[in-house]
Amino acid sequence: MTFDRYLRRKAINLLVSTLAFLCAAITIVPLLMILGHLLSQGAKAVNLDFFTQLPKPVGEVGGGMANAIVGTLILIGLACLVGLPIGIIGGIYLAEFGNNRTGWLVRFMSDVLNGTPSIVIGIFAYTVVVLPMRRFSALAGAFALGIIMIPTVIRATEELIKLVPISVREAGLALGIPLWKVILRIVVPSAKAGIVTGVLLALARIAGETAPLLFTAFGNRFWHQGLGQPIASLPVQIFTYAISPFEDWHRQAWAGALVLIAMILILNILTRIVTRGQYRPMK
Amino acid sequence: MSRVCQWMVVGALSTIALTALESLSSMSREISAQMLINGAGASFPNPLYSKWFSEYAKVDPSARFNYQSIGSGGGIRQIKAGIVDFGASDAALSDGELKQMPRELLHIPTVAGAVVITYNLPGVQRGLKLTPDVLVQIYLGQVTKWNDPKIASLNPNISLPDQQIIVVHRSDGSGTTNIFTTYLSRISKTWATQVGKGTSVNWPVGLGGKGNEGVAGQVKQIPGAIGYVELAYADQNKLPSAILKNQAGRFVEPTLEATSATVAGAITELLKDMRVPIVNSPGERAYPIAGLTYLLAYKEQDDQKKGAALAKFLWWAIHDGQKYAPGLLYAPLPPQLVKVVEAKIKQITFQGKPVLAAH
Amino acid sequence: MTNSDQRGNFLEPEASPTDFVLTQSAKGANLADRLFRGTTLCFAFGVVAIMALMAGMMVRSAIPAITTFGWPFLFTSTWDPVAEQFGALPFVYGTVVSSLLALLIAVPLSLGGAIFLVELAPSWLAQPLGFLIELLASIPSVVYGLWGIFVLAPWLRTTVQPILGALFGFLPFFQGPAYGVGMLAAGIILAIMVAPLISGVSREVLMAVPNSQREAALALGATRWEAIRIAVLSYGRSGIIGAIILGLGRALGETMAVTMVIGNRPEIAASLFAPGYTMASVIANEFTEATSDFHLAALIEIGLLLFGVTIIVNTLARLLLWSVAGNGATARE
Repeated sequence: MTFDRYLRRKAINLLVSTLAFLCAAITIVPLLMILGHLLSQGAKAVNLDFFTQLPKPVGEVGGGMANAIVGTLILIGLACLVGLPIGIIGGIYLAEFGNNRTGWLVRFMSDVLNGTPSIVIGIFAYTVVVLPMRRFSALAGAFALGIIMIPTVIRATEELIKLVPISVREAGLALGIPLWKVILRIVVPSAKAGIVTGVLLALARIAGETAPLLFTAFGNRFWHQGLGQPIASLPVQIFTYAISPFEDWHRQAWAGALVLIAMILILNILTRIVTRGQYRPMK
Repeated sequence: MSRVCQWMVVGALSTIALTALESLSSMSREISAQMLINGAGASFPNPLYSKWFSEYAKVDPSARFNYQSIGSGGGIRQIKAGIVDFGASDAALSDGELKQMPRELLHIPTVAGAVVITYNLPGVQRGLKLTPDVLVQIYLGQVTKWNDPKIASLNPNISLPDQQIIVVHRSDGSGTTNIFTTYLSRISKTWATQVGKGTSVNWPVGLGGKGNEGVAGQVKQIPGAIGYVELAYADQNKLPSAILKNQAGRFVEPTLEATSATVAGAITELLKDMRVPIVNSPGERAYPIAGLTYLLAYKEQDDQKKGAALAKFLWWAIHDGQKYAPGLLYAPLPPQLVKVVEAKIKQITFQGKPVLAAH
Repeated sequence: MTNSDQRGNFLEPEASPTDFVLTQSAKGANLADRLFRGTTLCFAFGVVAIMALMAGMMVRSAIPAITTFGWPFLFTSTWDPVAEQFGALPFVYGTVVSSLLALLIAVPLSLGGAIFLVELAPSWLAQPLGFLIELLASIPSVVYGLWGIFVLAPWLRTTVQPILGALFGFLPFFQGPAYGVGMLAAGIILAIMVAPLISGVSREVLMAVPNSQREAALALGATRWEAIRIAVLSYGRSGIIGAIILGLGRALGETMAVTMVIGNRPEIAASLFAPGYTMASVIANEFTEATSDFHLAALIEIGLLLFGVTIIVNTLARLLLWSVAGNGATARE
């Protein structure tokens, strides 16, 4: 009887192990399907025109998303102006001086901001930038994206700086170097790789954001005419084309999605390369 | 090795930063370079407007018109907030709504278009006939199957499948909806009391699509679907349009000629007030669901160059631009109407002086 | 282990060398150091300022709607912009149902996957599989939506929904015409989107369970699964619940993918086949074109609601996660 029970327990063990494996496998299946579709549909659609041409009038076949691709690059570059200062310098504060209630509050707010729906941040950007400027603009879009970036950067910076051993700081202080110099010139540079990783991860995340751009950067069928004007972006363009009825636009939407994923993938792979062998911040 | 990669990363980030900087510097050159004039609104005329703006860029290279199709509701809202330079709407603003605008707003009609009832019935290509009553009942959710006797009796030559009718309407504020619901309210008291008319109504049944594009997209994707879109959308996507019974009792197919007939039938009212709805127009050959579409511009412009460029474009649109309309199945404005619109465009001023040089 | 181990908790923060230096230098008035600290503090506080500003501005913009409708806003189901009657119930319903459906599908899969990757898989398998699942997390919402419109919805319409309707049509959940798009499609897409999140956080929670627990169970003669069940899962229970709640938070706020497949109909229906609408979707669809200021205020009030709900959910999740992983070592997302 004990032997039967033992067999039963072994059987359950095997069953559960198999189930667990299946669960992991099933979780992967949608990913493989999506990537597969992207590759097959997108690869058919991507051609040189796609990267060099502007969109054609509605209903006409052809044209490309050149302005949207450049637009996304500009938006994420600009977003850095908002996200990096608060993110990196804030992260330095949290790591060095954040052992107090203020630090706890900042960390908590950062986590909450991380979980805030991006559309809510878009509403904020609309009220703060679009309405006073009385225009949709790349600045408004970058503002929204920059805010979304902050939690990722702040957390990565804090973790990486905390990893630098205390002995390094003590050594610097013992040599008579002022504290601020120790932090800026010694501690931060040694955490550089991890901080860069955090930035890259943040860029990968905001490159795909659509919702906040719908009513901040708006959209532009032509090349951008300066940062105070509406600007096209890849995710918004994909959305517009996907819900339309035009077959050619659907084709271009797949191509756009492929390019977007490629961008994000490259950023992710870069982070792995940059920190190969070193500790990675948890995402 | 990781050093090299770190430098690569730095290089990538610098490129992004440089691109951003380049734009920053171009912002200062913004005024001297090409003007970007932003507009937003109706999806109803979007196929034609996008063609116009593309062609007009060759006529006047100094200005670029960036038009985003977000629905008439959006056009009205954005021009009211002053966030775009011009709006576009198929739903004309009432006097009360005009009073709420910060300054006097002009309606400039550009073309007329037909709102067609498009459907996706595998096996049934063209020629589905519908009457106003049946149409109302479909959209009220009272007729739910394609092979319902009410539809079948109108179409004895077509074998209708035993399939659920999947109603599609607009999820956004839409001038197309306004034209469609104005029509339904006129021909059905039930609809008028239960649902009413407007750019955005409380639909009894159906899926929501964003823009004419979204509705056409849904109809195209879902077998058994029925939706209302501007004629150009049905045509460009090879979707069939239903043949409707008009007020005179004849079944009329939505064509360019039928739309023009509708406008012609209503010309006397239009000359008095161009905002009058032209649905359910009397006339043998008129198609019952049609409407004018308008560009909305402030009478008093706040930028001289932009105002002049905009007025110049509007002038071009109602003259040379009209030749692009028939190709996309929009009905051009009749000559009497053009004269009235010309007078309106001449009213656009900057600091009191008309922006348009004498034509 | 990170330096964070040397930190205390919220109520009793421990000192670090920088604190020591600063206390000393405060007396010696080392201006540069204090300036440095002050500056970094300002930037860090920027986060708090942004959140406060966001909440404040949204409340201010939503006041017209709040004062007019009051609490009934949450319970009315009419959304009629023409008559200016606004009630948020259909959107709340849609958000809650789609998110719960997503969790129903995602939680077993994610947990099973996490258990497999941490406890059962050999490392040559765990690494790449884990990487692949993380990759799922980085696919943007709009790409999911694109796939949803052209692959998932047609498949649901032609295959899944007819089968479900035939087998379970007696239940109110599976009745009605098969549109393809609708609540079911939204729930499935959301499940795919939150699974990597729940899986990732659960993995970290499981990895944080000390090995001694597992060893003790095994030493008592437990099978692998029994050891996991007794030692690991019960130890990490609050952390796993925290992971699930984090996933819920993400699902509640998802906008683009849901907008593209949910059917955009503000109506409460029991059936999963019916179209619906979520809070985030209605904002995305109607924001640029809210025809009256009142309409806009109502939309912003919905945004405020969404904001409030995600704050509560995320706070709850964080608290649960901190209790397992310890304060300071912030778990993933």
